[in-house]
Amino acid sequence: MARFIARRLLLSLVTLWLLITIVFIIANVLPNDVGRTILGPFAPQESVDALNQRLGTDRPILVRYVDNVLGAVTLDFGDSYVTGKPAMPQLASAIGRSAKLAGLALAITIPLAIAAGLFAARRRDRPVDRAIVLLGVTSSSIPEFVTGTILVVVVGVQLKLLPVLATPPATADIPTQVRYLLMPATAMAIVYFGYIARMTRAGTIEVLQSDYIRTAAMKGLTTGQTMRRHVLRNALIPTVAVIAVQIGYLFGGIIAVEKIFNYNGMGQTMLFAAQRKDIPLLTAGAIVIGIVYMLATLTADLVIAWMNPRIRLDAER
Amino acid sequence: MDSNVTPMSIPPGVTSPISERAQARRETVRVLIRRPAFIVGNIVIIGWVICAVLGQRITPYDPFNSFSTGHLPPGPEHLMGTDRLGRDVLSRVMVGSRDVLIVAPLAAILGVVAGTLLGLVMGYYRGWVDDVLSRLVEAFLALPVILVALLTLVVLGSSPVVVVLVVGILFTPIVARTVRSAVLSERQLDYVTAAKLRGELGPFIVSREIFPNVLGPTVVELTVRFGYAIFTVATLSFLGVGLQPPSPDWGLTVSEEYPNMIAGIWWPTLFPALAIASTVVAVNLIADSLQSVLNE
Repeated sequence: MARFIARRLLLSLVTLWLLITIVFIIANVLPNDVGRTILGPFAPQESVDALNQRLGTDRPILVRYVDNVLGAVTLDFGDSYVTGKPAMPQLASAIGRSAKLAGLALAITIPLAIAAGLFAARRRDRPVDRAIVLLGVTSSSIPEFVTGTILVVVVGVQLKLLPVLATPPATADIPTQVRYLLMPATAMAIVYFGYIARMTRAGTIEVLQSDYIRTAAMKGLTTGQTMRRHVLRNALIPTVAVIAVQIGYLFGGIIAVEKIFNYNGMGQTMLFAAQRKDIPLLTAGAIVIGIVYMLATLTADLVIAWMNPRIRLDAER
Repeated sequence: MDSNVTPMSIPPGVTSPISERAQARRETVRVLIRRPAFIVGNIVIIGWVICAVLGQRITPYDPFNSFSTGHLPPGPEHLMGTDRLGRDVLSRVMVGSRDVLIVAPLAAILGVVAGTLLGLVMGYYRGWVDDVLSRLVEAFLALPVILVALLTLVVLGSSPVVVVLVVGILFTPIVARTVRSAVLSERQLDYVTAAKLRGELGPFIVSREIFPNVLGPTVVELTVRFGYAIFTVATLSFLGVGLQPPSPDWGLTVSEEYPNMIAGIWWPTLFPALAIASTVVAVNLIADSLQSVLNE
């Protein structure tokens, strides 16, 4: 297992380095003058030069690249252009708030989606199954901000069941916080329901057709015993993988959701940074989310290896 | 139903592979058009295409230059009410399909063409080319599309051409991965070995032997990407970096009107939102039917 983890970690580091490089190219190589991009076409040349000097973007591109990679290793992404303070502390508290929202969304969607996927797989091609598959396709194809809008109109404005803004009062206890976050979390949960339910369904159908399930049935295990001991462990492997991938994308979709519900998390921070062309802050955000994605997929691979010994033995060879 | 009827009379024993392939394709189409999801999806998309093409000629009001009272609720005069400037919401929703139905397909085509080329090369040649490109693909996949698109559009400035390029390029690695895995299972088959033994060159084998056999997954990927492209372009427009005013684009309209929702003025936001929902769901219904039919 140790060798498997070491190998996997090494690969993650290579990917992380490439990721930092991609973001660096977008932020520093695509615009031929960073200061000009930030200040716009009408700013005087002296201001552009002064800003470039302050941001360090007047140095040769290779120097900036090395600086950037070294900075990312120590989680120091330079100063925000707007506030002049280091980018990372600003992001950290926003990430915490976004993690609450994302965590609630996952807590809603994972159990429901897995249950729906299992339920559908065991009734394959019957009307219930068709309905769940159709629901999955529909829910995963509608953008979060559209579901969010519809929820606000119906649940918030017409029925007045839940608050339409996500930020709870500062002293709110946990149930109140959940109440405030419930609508944005649902908007996100709906998108991920489809992916996870479909993966679970596909995985379960494949396992149900295998020989060892027939053997289990023939040696007289009840359906419940078969499901628990033989089906779940194998069927959920692709589901774990897809959940990990979705955690990364969750932080993409969260931008629109936080905008609609005016929630001051990672998404709003990124959006404000975009509106002010705060490239250092945007770069830091992209890399941090990349790191979150890498950690999520890394955890998923370890969970999968634990679930299926064949995978970890294969990797050790 | 008589499936033995062949439209062309072919003498037994001399069935040419071309007609067999044509027959199989006809069979696929026949199965497809019996699927309710495929029919519904196509009706919705064709409806939006008609709105996009005919535009102002069929809208009840001028969607751009007719200003009545702002924020009139839906009623007999204005079926979906008016927006903040007093423009007819129905008319704007009808022409709002135009920009996204040009930008999204172009982005999807760019992503699928580039991704397929990349996937074919990676899957067929393997070796260090594949190793290096696979790592790059992996790194791209670690970045949420919306966030990278946001960063790139801020840096480059937004215009429809840039949106197409950015979304297309961000889709390329995703498509490449799908095509690569399809190629990997094809390249071990006998027909590829046979072509190699005949002394065919790599480019010929990839383009004339393997490519036709991975066309199925590629077509499915194209429809799936089209759906995601609408999703992505709509979200980017909502975030203010996609299509720009005065486009009546749905995502943009939602972003302009959503602060009024809390005051109870829901119609200028809800109807464009529902229009986006109907389009993406329709495309995904088509993609899903194609996928299940082509995989059978």
